[in-house]
Amino acid sequence: MQAETRTTVPSTSGAPVTDLRAQPPTPIPDPDPGAHTGRELDAGLDALQQQAVPPIGWSSRVAKALLPLAAVGAVIYVWQMYVWLVRPRPDVLPGPAEVLGTLRDLLADGQAQAVILTSLERGFAGFAIAVLIATPIGLLLVQSRFLRGAFGPIISGLQVLPSVAWVPAAIIWFGLSDATVYFVVLMGAVPSIVNGLISGVDQVPDQYRRVGHVLGAGRWVLVLKIVLPAALPGYVAGLKQGWAFSWRSLMAAEIIATGGALGFGLGGLLEQGRVLSDMAVVMAAVLIILSIGVVVELLLFGPLERRLLRRRGLLVAGTS
Amino acid sequence: MSEAPCIAIKQLSKRFSPLGPLVLDSVDLDVAPGEFVTLLGASGCGKSTMLNLIAGLERPTSGSISAPKVAFMFQDASLFPWLSAQRNVELALELRGVPRLRRSIEAARLLDVVHLTDAAHKKPHELSGGMRQRVALARSLAQDREALLMDEPFAALDAITRDLLHEELLRVWRETGRTIIFITHNVREAVLLGQRVLLMSSRPGRVVGEWSTTGQDAAALTTHITAELRKEIRRHAS
Ligand SMILES: Nc1ncnc2c1ncn2[C@@H]1O[C@H](COP(=O)(O)OP(=O)(O)O)[C@@H](O)[C@H]1O
Ligand SMILES: [Mg+2]
Repeated sequence: MQAETRTTVPSTSGAPVTDLRAQPPTPIPDPDPGAHTGRELDAGLDALQQQAVPPIGWSSRVAKALLPLAAVGAVIYVWQMYVWLVRPRPDVLPGPAEVLGTLRDLLADGQAQAVILTSLERGFAGFAIAVLIATPIGLLLVQSRFLRGAFGPIISGLQVLPSVAWVPAAIIWFGLSDATVYFVVLMGAVPSIVNGLISGVDQVPDQYRRVGHVLGAGRWVLVLKIVLPAALPGYVAGLKQGWAFSWRSLMAAEIIATGGALGFGLGGLLEQGRVLSDMAVVMAAVLIILSIGVVVELLLFGPLERRLLRRRGLLVAGTS
Repeated sequence: MSEAPCIAIKQLSKRFSPLGPLVLDSVDLDVAPGEFVTLLGASGCGKSTMLNLIAGLERPTSGSISAPKVAFMFQDASLFPWLSAQRNVELALELRGVPRLRRSIEAARLLDVVHLTDAAHKKPHELSGGMRQRVALARSLAQDREALLMDEPFAALDAITRDLLHEELLRVWRETGRTIIFITHNVREAVLLGQRVLLMSSRPGRVVGEWSTTGQDAAALTTHITAELRKEIRRHAS
């Protein structure tokens, strides 16, 4: 039908007709002397349009690091004032100095190092096993809408279930052994990591798949080269949450399941403090557990996640 | 047109659901090898649908499309944010089957074609909108397909950048002799770039006008086509 509607328009202005397309297409490079200025024009425009991102200065970094430290100082100050003014019984609430003293004693006789090592070893080993189990499960579920529909709700449910709830069952199955602790840790961490991977893939824009299709990617190439790299931030978020769940579950398991063939970890120390009504030990143990969580986040997952997001332009400089 | 067309579309119709509206209605279109065609129409008239059909991203409801494998350029550059400009281009080469050793040389050459040698190692988010579109152009050239489909690729850019990209695209077209279908809703752009301008109607989408720009006064033709486009839009006013 377009043949009938073909129309021509006479030149009305009488001005010479400039037509960039008059030449037939030739595969020969254009010897146009204007090409050089085109390059300069582009370079100038590019320089104007890219906003230079100023590197974050040292002073603002230091300020950012000092702020939480100041908050910790404020908490200790309030704690100390309370102890001085209200004078609670020391076996109910000891002062900061006393807890620090206990911490020093625990470190001096090597007990703190031993329990920290035991717990960290289990925490990291449990987390590593969780990653090894969760990743293939996640990849499988991501591949199949059917499996995802079937198992997705169960995994989301497991993620909400506090993994301490598995301790009684684990003790019945495995007795007071390390297997009990690892089982509880896995039940805590695996669902988080699987879910992280699934939601990472769910959030991959459909446009990426279309681009991949146009570029000629087959099903597997699409998954390996486009979908999985695009889902990486979600996976790392899942790993981070998986670590948090591993650590929590581990502490819960260690507090409840003590004795037998079990090694003595931080949770054990905490439970021992309770049994001996030694509040200073209890608080020292809580402080150690808290600090380890913070340190792993600050040294491992925080930087990993920030680096990943910054390299994708998903993190605005200065907000990090 | 005596040569066999590069892209031949016959009686192409498209509905997105059996009871949904007819988006494209019996469209016929032949595009000759090496031809630069611009497709013009109000937004929502089915231009993108048409390109997606040609690229095989959608299935036709009826009618036939004969087209080679095509390269595609989207309105947003659609670069992968975790890859540098160079690696984005290299990925296209890799998926085309170019051996590893030749990829980096070839990608560097293509980035030079679009004047981006200095930005080769930057990530998409570090580039301006115009630079991202040039990377996307380099990537579509890396696909080395005889036809290139462009879906409003410069619509989101400012006028200065767009003018430069027009010149660059025409230069690339002259140098490579690719067949190009370029979508726009900007009449001036359509007349400036295309050898042939097609006007589409909305609901249902049909080709309702066709003009050759060769030997025409661009300004007069622009005025004329703008009037036609407005007439077409006004038809829906009631
Ligand atoms: N995937 C889809 N599902 C249903 N309707 C769609 C889909 N894609 C486009 N449409 C409809 O088809 C019509 C044409 O869309 P499109 O081709 O994107 O128009 P244009 O590119 O000309 O702006 C619109 O009315 C739009 O709502
Ligand atoms: Mg569109």
